[in-house]
Amino acid sequence: MTGVVIIGGGHAGFQCVDSLRKGGYAGPIALVDADPHLPYQRPPLSKGYLLEGADPDTLLFRTAAYYSEQSVNLHLGVAAAAIDRERHTVQLSNGLSLSYDQLVLAPGASIRPLRVTDEIADQVHYIKALGDIDRISAQLGTAQDLVVVGGGFIGLEFAATARKLGKNVSVLVRGPRIMNQNVTPELSGFMLEQHRAHGADIQLNTSIETVSRLDNGSFEILTTDGRTLSCDMLVAGIGVTPDTRLAEAAGLECDEGIVVDASCRTNDPAIFAAGDAVSFAHPLADRRIRIESVQNAVDQAKVIAANICGERAEYDSVPWFWSDQYEFKLQMAGLHQGYDRVVQRGTTESGKFTLFLYRGERLIAVHTVNKPADHMAARKLLAAGISPSFAEAADESLKLNGLLKR
Amino acid sequence: MPKVVYVDFQGNRNELEVANGMTLMQGAVMNGLDGIEGECSGSCACATCHCYVDEAYLDKLPEMSENEDELLDGTASERLGTSRLSCQIRMADDLDGIVVQLPEEQ
Repeated sequence: MTGVVIIGGGHAGFQCVDSLRKGGYAGPIALVDADPHLPYQRPPLSKGYLLEGADPDTLLFRTAAYYSEQSVNLHLGVAAAAIDRERHTVQLSNGLSLSYDQLVLAPGASIRPLRVTDEIADQVHYIKALGDIDRISAQLGTAQDLVVVGGGFIGLEFAATARKLGKNVSVLVRGPRIMNQNVTPELSGFMLEQHRAHGADIQLNTSIETVSRLDNGSFEILTTDGRTLSCDMLVAGIGVTPDTRLAEAAGLECDEGIVVDASCRTNDPAIFAAGDAVSFAHPLADRRIRIESVQNAVDQAKVIAANICGERAEYDSVPWFWSDQYEFKLQMAGLHQGYDRVVQRGTTESGKFTLFLYRGERLIAVHTVNKPADHMAARKLLAAGISPSFAEAADESLKLNGLLKR
Repeated sequence: MPKVVYVDFQGNRNELEVANGMTLMQGAVMNGLDGIEGECSGSCACATCHCYVDEAYLDKLPEMSENEDELLDGTASERLGTSRLSCQIRMADDLDGIVVQLPEEQ
């Protein structure tokens, strides 16, 4: 049996299934994922999931009935072990072999592990899959003092969740700023204040030197700047690495990610790739990039499905992503690297504002705090290549949607 | 299980069981119903789960947040007095039988 085989059941893998069927693809579809659950959404895991009762059914993309109605063969709890490009087959860890006409790789990224001794390593929590959150919830009831390593989105979202649950939280941030790679210093500084105002102990320019386990089961952490912290639970969110193992073993071109062209095809015309694991030349970037976001996964999967259905589709969507921390909704649209001017609309004190990031006179990104309507309008402006003047950007009385119509 | 009646733009009625605690957006999306997208996974950040709520149920809904209000100003289909984002409506016993109309575009 041939057809489309999709490896990975995250946003990219699932979207590919759905878009293939909506696009009229009638051949067999197989979806392979090492996670035993029905395909589910991961973003809420570090956000509201623990606060909202942690019901895994609320995370599902679709109920089980959908996959049978759409004739999708699910291979869950099974890993893809190898690709045979000559025979067009994928070997699974349970010994099955699946044939494909087209193969879609959506393997995502692997957690970067904290460097600690083997004895401690088993005790460190990460946030990637439902199983991780089950382990965290099992311990969170009795734990009171938490140390979070990493000042990126995952670590901060989890820190905010833990504070809402009444835990004492310290966050160790390696660099001088939180979310250093992804937001401007203005926004980073604003959110640092908010975390501290909510009682999180955020320590900058520091990291873990050593961790030891005390007789009472708690951890003692020595930081690189010579401080000692103790905690009941240690959670790390220090980034991910693209999961290129299978692609590399199959001889596909990889360069800090699986390399794909504008139609999300690898250097093997029968193999596509999408999502966190993919490295590509985005029309808005001046070098090849990799984007870890829902939007990127979903839009690349749509492009792949369209190509498999016989259309000629290329990926050029404006990147966007979001983060929820306490009562703040951060939304980032565009690629801000290389900006040289920030224009702000709304006051920082109000807790609702929009930052327009320009390179020269060209608008390249818009970051918003609790301004979802501005975010939605900004995505349209960026997609249309419209750059408001600096004065227009700063003027709260001008609706952004209005600028689209000129 | 309580039921939700989703009426699509063409007027087709789909009656689905949606468990208490799930949002109307999740109920539609998980069952593969077209007409509601929910591209932000239900975090009130995108306005692609816009629906028109039957007036009989409007008063039973939670109050609208400022974010929801602002997002509804930018929906793809016209905002009406009955417009809500379906990700902000959690199913509960007193909403059993709620009827929501889906817009032409999200």
